[in-house]
Amino acid sequence: MGILDRIFGNHWGIHPDDRKRPAADLPLRRLPLPSHLYVPLQQHIGAPARPIVLVGQKVLKGELIAEAQGATSAAIHAPSSGTITAVGEITAPHASGLPVPGITIECDGEDRWIEAADIPDDPAFDPFSLEPAEISRRIGAAGVVGMGGATFPSALKLNIGKKTGITTLIINGGECEPYLSCDDRVMRDFAAEAVDGIRLMLHATGAKEALVGIEDNKPEAIATMQQAAAGFPEIRICPVPARYPMGSEKHLFSALTGKEVPADGRTTDLGVLVHNVGTAAAVHTAIRHGRPLVERIVTLNGGAWRAPGNVVAPIGMLVSDIIAATEFKEQPARLIMGGPMMGTLLPSEFVPVVKGSSGLLALTAEEAADGEAQPCIRCSSCVRACPVGLLPLEMSARIRNEDYAGAVDLGLKDCIACGCCAYVCPSRIPLVQYFGHAKGELAARDRAKLRNDATKRLVAARAERLEREAKEKAEAAARRKAERAKQKAAEAAAAAASADTSGAETTA
Amino acid sequence: MNTLATTSPPIASPHAHGGAGVSVVMLKVMAALAPATLYGFWLYGWPAIHLWFITVFAALLGEAFSLRLAGRRARPVLLDGSALLTGWLLALSLPPWAPWWLGAVGGLFATIVGKQVFGGIGQNLFNPAMVARVALLISFPVAMTAWVAPLPLTAAGAPGFLDGLMITLTGVPNLDAISSASLLGHAKAELSRGVDLLQSLSADHLGQYLSFTGARPGSMGETAGLLIAAGGIAMIAMGIISWHIPLAMLAGIAIPAAIGHAVDPARYLDATTHVLSGAALLGAFFIATDYVTSPNTRAGQLVFGLGCGFLTYVIRTWGGYPEGVAFAVLLMNTLTPAIDRLVKPRIYGRNRKGASLPL
Amino acid sequence: MIAAVLSLTLLGIALGLGLGVAAKKFAVEGNPLVDELTALMPGTNCGQCGFPGCSGAATAVVEGRAAPTCCPPGGKALASELAEKLGLSLDLSGMVDEGPKIAYVSEEICIGCCRCIKVCPTDAILGAAKQIHNVIREACTGCAACIDRCPTEAMVMKPVPVTLQHWVWPKPALV
Repeated sequence: MGILDRIFGNHWGIHPDDRKRPAADLPLRRLPLPSHLYVPLQQHIGAPARPIVLVGQKVLKGELIAEAQGATSAAIHAPSSGTITAVGEITAPHASGLPVPGITIECDGEDRWIEAADIPDDPAFDPFSLEPAEISRRIGAAGVVGMGGATFPSALKLNIGKKTGITTLIINGGECEPYLSCDDRVMRDFAAEAVDGIRLMLHATGAKEALVGIEDNKPEAIATMQQAAAGFPEIRICPVPARYPMGSEKHLFSALTGKEVPADGRTTDLGVLVHNVGTAAAVHTAIRHGRPLVERIVTLNGGAWRAPGNVVAPIGMLVSDIIAATEFKEQPARLIMGGPMMGTLLPSEFVPVVKGSSGLLALTAEEAADGEAQPCIRCSSCVRACPVGLLPLEMSARIRNEDYAGAVDLGLKDCIACGCCAYVCPSRIPLVQYFGHAKGELAARDRAKLRNDATKRLVAARAERLEREAKEKAEAAARRKAERAKQKAAEAAAAAASADTSGAETTA
Repeated sequence: MNTLATTSPPIASPHAHGGAGVSVVMLKVMAALAPATLYGFWLYGWPAIHLWFITVFAALLGEAFSLRLAGRRARPVLLDGSALLTGWLLALSLPPWAPWWLGAVGGLFATIVGKQVFGGIGQNLFNPAMVARVALLISFPVAMTAWVAPLPLTAAGAPGFLDGLMITLTGVPNLDAISSASLLGHAKAELSRGVDLLQSLSADHLGQYLSFTGARPGSMGETAGLLIAAGGIAMIAMGIISWHIPLAMLAGIAIPAAIGHAVDPARYLDATTHVLSGAALLGAFFIATDYVTSPNTRAGQLVFGLGCGFLTYVIRTWGGYPEGVAFAVLLMNTLTPAIDRLVKPRIYGRNRKGASLPL
Repeated sequence: MIAAVLSLTLLGIALGLGLGVAAKKFAVEGNPLVDELTALMPGTNCGQCGFPGCSGAATAVVEGRAAPTCCPPGGKALASELAEKLGLSLDLSGMVDEGPKIAYVSEEICIGCCRCIKVCPTDAILGAAKQIHNVIREACTGCAACIDRCPTEAMVMKPVPVTLQHWVWPKPALV
């Protein structure tokens, strides 16, 4: 930070109490398999996957049950062996509590894997002999999505990267959200796998080096990763200062490269691709073992859990089943999927774990720090906290008056919804909700406008149709008239002719 | 199996909070202000204590009245402490032995006209305490400049509780006998009579005024300058305010004062005197740093602070009033929206003008 | 005194002349605003606003006989656009936007009379004589013109179900 930045206070972000321990230090546990799994078809950004199974069908663990639909989508596999009991709707782990299409599997308890498709039995199988495009394809076929929470289909991201020419891969091990430690656990327990995944992604993108950014509040993870990457000079482990939101793609990029991502661009425009460290581990599993993404590490944390820690949960396991297996110490005030800063308040515990579920927080009332909103006192804490350099107090004031255009002028579209502003607000104004509301409202208006345009086209088409029909009708009428006239004329002519002939006959 | 109550409407993230609430912030400010106030109470005795209570009560009353008029519940708003603080700051800027109605009118004016008319906390354009102070100064110039020399609570001849109450309620008997000019007032008066500062402020005279114990005629906020500054530094340490406005404001006073004094010491007071006199310290740490009426960004706060300081110096030196902090702060308050409009933080990935950085 | 009066008079005359010339020179023929507003409107001429067609509503809005909020299918989005064009400041909070509604056919009642098909301004209804009709969701604008035409009340307006993609965070309650 330069001296000017110090004077003018261009420091970003906040330093929340991280509360990662003791959960982060406890060994990984595996949860018992539940009786049913509820697998949503939309666990990623993009179009929902298309189901390819029928009710009553038997599936094996890792079997494809829904295929990617369109360019931006991801395949979904059975998280355990069993029988498909429904292809219907499942409540999404989303604040709205709305349903999404999903597949229900009744587990047979055997948890039997399907035969891995692409892996030859040869133990000397070398994935680095594969074409980069083939690696991307296999990653896509395994349904790997960004494990950091954004759940962007990974294969697509690798392909976008290849088009623009990637020189550097940044691996996000920041995990800046308080409470969460699932990435920490990946780096501690599966460091070799993660490093292998990173090398595979380097191969797939053609990037020359990989920088692994890890916040310095995870010294154990830094140590194990350094050890695992020791033989690979192209992989550098880069500790970064712990500060929220360091795990934001753009901020980690800036911390590691000293550059800034232009507002109209992405890191790939600067030759840098950012992937989560959990994604790297999933890539390793997909390529080396031919196994799709069917389970993930979930952090159970918060004061209401009896036994906080990290667990391996199959995708589609209901939160209620996790609660039954691990139990609460007390009734939580809030049940949250993800971290406390950007996570989703769950509408009920009957929602499934999805590919992007990094944590399951059962917060006590004290931890959730509920409070009634008060008027803004313009203390500008939010301005100082905002990692993007926005004016949250001004934006929310405009949104309050439904001046969405004014909020956009102030940079609403640059907001990353990190929650720093609301975290520091002494008046407890739900700033993130204001911004979420405005973004949704603007999107709804854009949709309405598109719809309006489409309506106009339909009206024009109808007018054209009516005109055409009228014309055709008139033409048909004219034709009929002409035909009738012709017929009449013909009849008349025939009559005349017959008269003539009769006349001729008579004359003859 | 326990079912969580479905929350409707849904609550957005974040599901954690930094902890400090509005009332906590206000309480910390009050704590920072308390030592200077208690010292002032001791220095000026019971009349000052009575006046403080009357002013604070009037400010709370004005707030409650306005809220009731607007049909809102008064209790939660009063509990946030902002009205109390407004009255408190006003009381510190009044002559300690001023009559009760000065505090009452000022307190009511501060919260009703200075704050609630604009729509309550966060909406006011001007610092409510300073609005009230200026209104009083213009309306009642004599009462507002009737300074008395300190007469500590424990000193012989200091008014007791009842005597103090009498002074506050019925005015000071033979005011002229005990009234005294503040340093800035004294300097201005002498200058206007054609007596230059070298004569009017002899060294020991100045020394008496500028003793760090603050035992000199003036408002409570003026006399306890050192404690005010200590409170301000404590607020900076607690993270309630940043150093930008106080430092810029004091620099805005000190730099022109130093230059002026270097040019003509007979005409211009020196920087130390300027910084330690009047409401300069109270203004720099407690008045100008008011959240509502100061700019949002650090850079804007520096501009604002410098402006406050410079205008204070200009008014003190060439204006009609011996003291100018209140006027300076109000003038800069009018500029706050403009400063906020012009000085914005740079958005990540964009240049200062808001266009995206080149790809 | 005389100089002052004289100079002010001259100034007044000069400025007045200037204004007069400008008014003549830069005069705008007709009212292009109506056309502009008509272009913004849905164009279905559904008549829910109470005016003869979309251009009628646009004229009424320009002339101040109708509020920019008069178009139910356009909703808040259209209202704010119209207000912006007219330079009005609009309080949208009072406008009830019940969310979009579209027509549905109750299949057990539909007798396949084709009357609804004829009035649909966007050709959103599919069907043939003695066949159960159906509404194409994407094409229906919710103008409700078909509702009155149906002899068996098989046509009903139903709100479009909110999906995860279309869900919007509610605005926080005011303090």
